[in-house]
Amino acid sequence: MSAERTQGGSSAGSARAIDGGRFGRGAEPPSERKHEFSVVGRPLPKIDAWTKVTGETKYADDLVLPRMAHGKLLRSPHGHALIKRIDAARARALPGVYAAVTGADLPRVKFGILPVSQDEEVLCTEKVRMVGDAVAAVAAVDEETAERACRLIDVEYEPLPALMSIEESLAHPEIRIHEYGDGPNVHKSVALQFGDVEAAFAKADLVREDVFYYEGNTHLPMEQHAAVAHAGPDGKLTLWSSTQTPHYVHRVLAKALDMPAAHVRVVATPVGGGFGGKTDPFAHEIVACHLSRLTGRPVKIALTREEVFYAHRGRHPVLMWLKTGFTRQGDITGCHIKTWLDGGAYGSYGVASTFYTGVINPVTYKMPVYKFEGARVFTNKPPCGPKRGHGTPQPRFALEVQIDKAAEQLGLDPADMRRRIAAEPFTKTANHLTVTTTGLVECIDRVVEASGWRAKWRGWRFRAPASPAQPVLGEASEGAPEGGARRSEAPSEKKRGVGLACSAYLTGAGTAIYWNDMPHSGVLLRADRSGAVTILCGATDIGQGSDSILAYLPAEVLGIAPKDVHVHPADTSLTPVDLGSYSSRVTLMCGMAAIQAAERLKTVIAKAVAGKLEVGPGELVFRDGKVGAPEEWDKAVTFARAVELAEAMHGVLAFPGSYAPPKRAGKYKGGGVGPSPCYSYTACVVELTVDEETGEVELHDVWIAHDVGRALNPLLVEGQTEGSVYMGIGEALMEGQVFRKGVHKQPSMLDYKSPTTLEMPEVHTILVETDDPEGPFGAKEAGQGPLLPVPPAIANAIYHAVGVRCDEVPIAPEMILKGLERRRQGKAARVGPEKIPVFKFKEPLVVESAFGQPAEAIAVRPFQS
Amino acid sequence: MKTRISLTVNGETHEVLVPVHKTLLEVLREDLGLTGTKHGCELGECGTCTVLADGEPVLSCLALPVELAGCEITTVEGMARGGRLHPLQQAFAELGAAQCGYCTPGILLTAQALLADRPTPTRQEVKAALAGNLCRCTGYTKILDAVELAALRMTGGSRVGDRR
Repeated sequence: MSAERTQGGSSAGSARAIDGGRFGRGAEPPSERKHEFSVVGRPLPKIDAWTKVTGETKYADDLVLPRMAHGKLLRSPHGHALIKRIDAARARALPGVYAAVTGADLPRVKFGILPVSQDEEVLCTEKVRMVGDAVAAVAAVDEETAERACRLIDVEYEPLPALMSIEESLAHPEIRIHEYGDGPNVHKSVALQFGDVEAAFAKADLVREDVFYYEGNTHLPMEQHAAVAHAGPDGKLTLWSSTQTPHYVHRVLAKALDMPAAHVRVVATPVGGGFGGKTDPFAHEIVACHLSRLTGRPVKIALTREEVFYAHRGRHPVLMWLKTGFTRQGDITGCHIKTWLDGGAYGSYGVASTFYTGVINPVTYKMPVYKFEGARVFTNKPPCGPKRGHGTPQPRFALEVQIDKAAEQLGLDPADMRRRIAAEPFTKTANHLTVTTTGLVECIDRVVEASGWRAKWRGWRFRAPASPAQPVLGEASEGAPEGGARRSEAPSEKKRGVGLACSAYLTGAGTAIYWNDMPHSGVLLRADRSGAVTILCGATDIGQGSDSILAYLPAEVLGIAPKDVHVHPADTSLTPVDLGSYSSRVTLMCGMAAIQAAERLKTVIAKAVAGKLEVGPGELVFRDGKVGAPEEWDKAVTFARAVELAEAMHGVLAFPGSYAPPKRAGKYKGGGVGPSPCYSYTACVVELTVDEETGEVELHDVWIAHDVGRALNPLLVEGQTEGSVYMGIGEALMEGQVFRKGVHKQPSMLDYKSPTTLEMPEVHTILVETDDPEGPFGAKEAGQGPLLPVPPAIANAIYHAVGVRCDEVPIAPEMILKGLERRRQGKAARVGPEKIPVFKFKEPLVVESAFGQPAEAIAVRPFQS
Repeated sequence: MKTRISLTVNGETHEVLVPVHKTLLEVLREDLGLTGTKHGCELGECGTCTVLADGEPVLSCLALPVELAGCEITTVEGMARGGRLHPLQQAFAELGAAQCGYCTPGILLTAQALLADRPTPTRQEVKAALAGNLCRCTGYTKILDAVELAALRMTGGSRVGDRR
């Protein structure tokens, strides 16, 4: 066990940040309040830990209802084809089949998660755009019969050429995957400019241009998606589903089934892993509902593992061109990035994904001038969407590897360089995002110290270079070139290296996916005469522990034990809306709503108890399950008694809590993507060995320091950090989706490689607390940001070990061998993409850079009072 | 065609009438209602559906009940005894080794088989034993810690009050 935490609020981030009125919730600094916490900061088991270790947790596929039928979808075997004819008559005739439907039987509406990309059909009617597109469905007595019936459905296809890459899709405008978008096969094209990048490059001492490629990969949650629908005889519909976004599924069901939303109920069952893979509404959810309406029976559809690979919505493959200017001291003068995303066959979250490849980049380091051009291209592959880090790990990889290259050319220690250029707290970025607290400097210092970076980095450092520079794409780079001769020869073929990288990530998207002025998260909190408190909230626990957070925070406010709080999550008929478990928004947004509701209850209880004890309400404290005045604690009443007093005075004790993020969207078109209440920061050092004989990489240790604002439960934050490191390792070294003629080459857990216990290094987690004024008790996100620095830290460590620059992930052993071979031939030891597509971005929207402007310490939020 | 099969699961003997090709995973979940056993691939690739047959880990998605007549099968529902959690379950809960919890039953049972064999395994031995069980949430760190903690407690090691 190697986790440790920074104590107190005196971290570098908050120390620099302290100014007069920055503490939003109390007059005294939280560092002085901290010792008073009874729940916050303690490594408690999750409230659902007990049911999970006993197998009692009911996931969607564990649900069985009387008379339940089993549904199956017939899916396209073609990557791109017209549907000429489809006939389910033979399937309907099969004994044991209750219903067989095609798209013609469903309302003719298209759906999709984003209002701007309503491009999916529940069951395709005229055209399929990928292998795995659903064209028909069956409900039958059991899964086997349903599967047999699917094979009896006759479909006649007229195959069209399948476009399988960004280059192919752009090169063939005559073949159109969709009829909408920003150009032939271009789903979305974005161009934003903040300040004059050319002027910024002109005053730089070093300008680097590099091209990077980040292969797509998938979430691979252990639980396959499953849904159970029940259309009742009263004309109302209930869907239980393994979804991260019950609220969005609710909206889509109403639309796709042409039903009043008021008659639809969506319950998110405990999710067996999501990582973004269960944030879209899916065809199988809608079909299950439709089949239930038709048959008058509950219908379950559980996807197979292969189907999950095609349902996908995972990491976009992204090709990136990155040009950055640096001063001799390492400061960034300006940065220009172009990204091309391979979006797959449908929109999904793609518009947001496209923005995210650009807009979060200026949050980590001081970047005074910034230009971003991005394009998402349709291909005939499963659609990509949000996976842990949503659109940001790709450019983060590019940026962090490029900084490593620049540091080498400038003769700087990459840790020192990053430390120097770390973003300043309470300032705005070039693209008008507000940075509140940042613990990045402390994170860097902590991993540098814990890993022994200085000695290792200097001692093992690859000595560049004797061979000539091989700049990428013709633009001459200044300073020392990359690649070249080996450092002092070590006796073995196994070379050790260390690499460092950093990142920042949002704590919840500042805007909803559909524009509205309502809360992003809400709770209802009621107190019971038994002394129990019940909280209802639309949040979905996907393993991250949101149910537990919903217990901890009211318990902290009310001085009771988490066990005294009953949590009822994610049921659209019972719980106030929470937008869903995505964008690392849940702890902050639900947490703030929960605190607000608990404070409202506390106020009412305090008034009643104050009357009884004849003291002022302000004198009362709530702790250890009691309410009383500290000076006369022997007279304190139990919490249950306090509830009785309050209920007698006020009637039923039930209070809402609402949260919406501060309205900080930049005043320009596209300014709605990127703002967040606050950003987490992470620094990571990786130590590894590269076998020059085989190209194999062995990871030894990962030190990761994460600025989480405050660890509400350090156990959970460590878990999120370790899990992020794990997933980053998979993406860096083995996880990649490969398709051939429309077909996934490895749609199984054996062929799609992911790290096992044997590939996992020791992970040393360091939690840094900056006590952010926007977060509940100062907390920021933990579930996504720590993934981001891992792939570039690995790539940088590989370079440090053997002098091979891998500008592409996943880094396969053969790539390293190729790099070593290139070096032997006297060429630059770089492997990665060589060219960028021929593509003209639209004219950029030019906006003044807001870089360095002071940002308000405490933002005004809707629903605050 | 259905066959009558007698299966002993968690100390109780059940008679079930099932098609011979129905897997142990399906019989446990669908016929016996023991949904604690999960499935991740149904192809024997992920370890999620692991149960114990006479103490040995078995992938229930590949096992046929007809082959297991006379075996003692243990599922996650059989780990706790008399309302007391198995030390592995206790340690997994305390250390946060179950995030989404979906792979947890299979990992718990694989670890139980390991500790029956090697009561004080090294970390490397724990890693090797669990290498066939995929987990996407935890990065395995807390799982390895929890197995070690349970092993310590089961061999009379002092209860580790402060896990740090």
